[in-house]
Amino acid sequence: MSKEQILSSDGLPLEVSLKKAERKNKIKAVLLVAPLFLFIFITYVMPIGDMLFRSVDDRMITKMLPNTFAALEKWDSKELPDEKVYEAFYKDFYPLAMNKTSGKLYARLNYEKSGFSSGLKKTNRKIKKFEKGNYKEQFMATHKIWNKVEYWTALKNTAPKWSYAKYLKGMDLKFDDQRNIVQVDKDRQIHKILWMRTLNVAFWVTIFCFVLSYPIAHLLATLPMKYSNLLMICVLLPFWTSLLVRTSSWMVLLQQQGPINDFIVWLGIAADDNRPELMYNVVGTFVAMTQILLPFMVLPLYSVMKTISPSLMRAGKSLGGTPLVAFAKVYFPLTIPGIGAGCLLVFILAIGYYITPALVGGASGSLISNTIAYHMKSSLDWAFASALGTMLLVGVLTIYWVYNKLVGIDNIKLG
Amino acid sequence: MALPNYTPLNYRIWHYTYLTICSLVFFFLIAPLFVILPLSFNAEQYIHFSEKMLAFDPDGFSLRWYEDMIWGTKNPWGLATKNSLIIAFFATIGSTVLGTIAALGLSSRHMPYKAAFMALLISPMIVPLIISGTAIFFFMAKVGLAATHTGIILSHIILGTPFVVITVTATLTGFDHSVTRAAASLGSNPVNTFMKVTLPLITPGVISGALFAFVTSFDEVVVVLFLAGLENTTIPIQMWVGLREQLSPTILAVATCLIIMSTLILVSAELLRRRSERLRGINR
Repeated sequence: MSKEQILSSDGLPLEVSLKKAERKNKIKAVLLVAPLFLFIFITYVMPIGDMLFRSVDDRMITKMLPNTFAALEKWDSKELPDEKVYEAFYKDFYPLAMNKTSGKLYARLNYEKSGFSSGLKKTNRKIKKFEKGNYKEQFMATHKIWNKVEYWTALKNTAPKWSYAKYLKGMDLKFDDQRNIVQVDKDRQIHKILWMRTLNVAFWVTIFCFVLSYPIAHLLATLPMKYSNLLMICVLLPFWTSLLVRTSSWMVLLQQQGPINDFIVWLGIAADDNRPELMYNVVGTFVAMTQILLPFMVLPLYSVMKTISPSLMRAGKSLGGTPLVAFAKVYFPLTIPGIGAGCLLVFILAIGYYITPALVGGASGSLISNTIAYHMKSSLDWAFASALGTMLLVGVLTIYWVYNKLVGIDNIKLG
Repeated sequence: MALPNYTPLNYRIWHYTYLTICSLVFFFLIAPLFVILPLSFNAEQYIHFSEKMLAFDPDGFSLRWYEDMIWGTKNPWGLATKNSLIIAFFATIGSTVLGTIAALGLSSRHMPYKAAFMALLISPMIVPLIISGTAIFFFMAKVGLAATHTGIILSHIILGTPFVVITVTATLTGFDHSVTRAAASLGSNPVNTFMKVTLPLITPGVISGALFAFVTSFDEVVVVLFLAGLENTTIPIQMWVGLREQLSPTILAVATCLIIMSTLILVSAELLRRRSERLRGINR
């Protein structure tokens, strides 16, 4: 069976000509997307990669003490190392002390084991007067850290170029002296509490938002247009208002002399001189975050409910269902895409919330983001901040993945 | 919503309970914003209602905090407003241009790996801000743009483009591509077609995306907190600093101004949305 080839006006077979045109269109589309893609890739995606990299990067100290680590390789970690190791350390540390570049080393080693900082500082002052030979004795005379096996083990543990110690720290685990992974002391387990609190707050804020949003989204979707437009302002005005403005209004409301406390006193629940603390604790975080994130739940719910025909409920009732049955069997299942979208949005926003907990949360209401910001701005342990950020990012992406499997990301409807 | 006469009593009770619950939720949503308004006119230096205010005595009210906001000597609001406007202006232009062009490509049916590109381009909206802030800070510090306006503008473009991409692609889903083909067949070149045919039709989407980008930039704290030096302070940063130190009535005056601004933005966004629906022939 021979196939008749259709030719286009320029003599090429139509198939070839069509493919050429298709390819041209494809290139055109890609070129349109390219500027933004490159911009986002360079300024955003690569820096996130950089963040992952920083969280495991431990090369600085490896570069600073090359001779020491080479000498320590043969050391058995049981007794104090021999003269060779001390000599190697002298060779590494002397130039650092002379160039005044040893500061970073103190900080790095002090993360590993406290006591290093003061020991190294003292060594830094004394090392200029060291005599040639017999370095072991001279070091041991300078500071007590050099007579302890633990400090040498800790030093040896920093030898690898890459380390996941920051991730362990983020989960309240650490390496012990034999490089086994163990839990940190009970009174130092702060990160586990923070992660649990963050999840807890995000979960309950999502639930509160859902419970409060469902009735009003339903009302907005079923009221006649002229009333619902008016009420919609109540949802949209907070949505468009600055986050800081809304947080400051909660600070006004929740303060000890504030209107809510006045109301509580007026009701007689609390005495005037014994007003409850509503702010700077987890209560403040809950209340303020629920109100601030509420529009993100109402809007997707509303847009889904708007598409549900009222005749469906009438049909359900006319077929013998009570209003409650008709609601549970007909209306509620149809709103599930909206519920999914709203819950996902609120949960993800809540899990990474920073501003509101920092202002109204106090110490007991602060979340994991606050810790990341603290390590970025105050303690300057950027590697640890990166590790916590990566853990949070992995959490968020997992939630998306699970959501996509369960509901399908395409089912999300916004506005 | 009057109920018909024949409504049974239990349904009647349920109906009014439901309306009461809804009113309470609406109250919870909107009331906190309105606490700020009267307190910003307080004559005293407290941020709770004085007795004179509760008695509606004119002596209890004054404009002194607004005066302090504008003319106060040690107040940084002037510089902050200037910076905020400059940064938001350029960030809006940048995000709108980049986002609109990308949206045109993304809504073409010839675009390969559409979902993957879309996911990547809107990722700054999905990833928690604190992580974006950390990553962007590392980048800006590396290229020497930390504590500069340029660095902050670039980071706000990153955060603003997803909104533009989303609103413009949404507008383009209802777009009839035969009009651009008609223009091309009448001899118009692609740029001319875009300017004369496509752009006027998608303008509402572009403008509402631009509004989103503007608000995102104008309201953004976390990234600026990481990036800004003293020179680059913005209104949100000043509010943040003020709220951390002490809640002063001047901040409430600023907040009132911001509420008025967001009301204006809300009204224009709403008008745009309706116009866009009309243009796309969606009548609901």
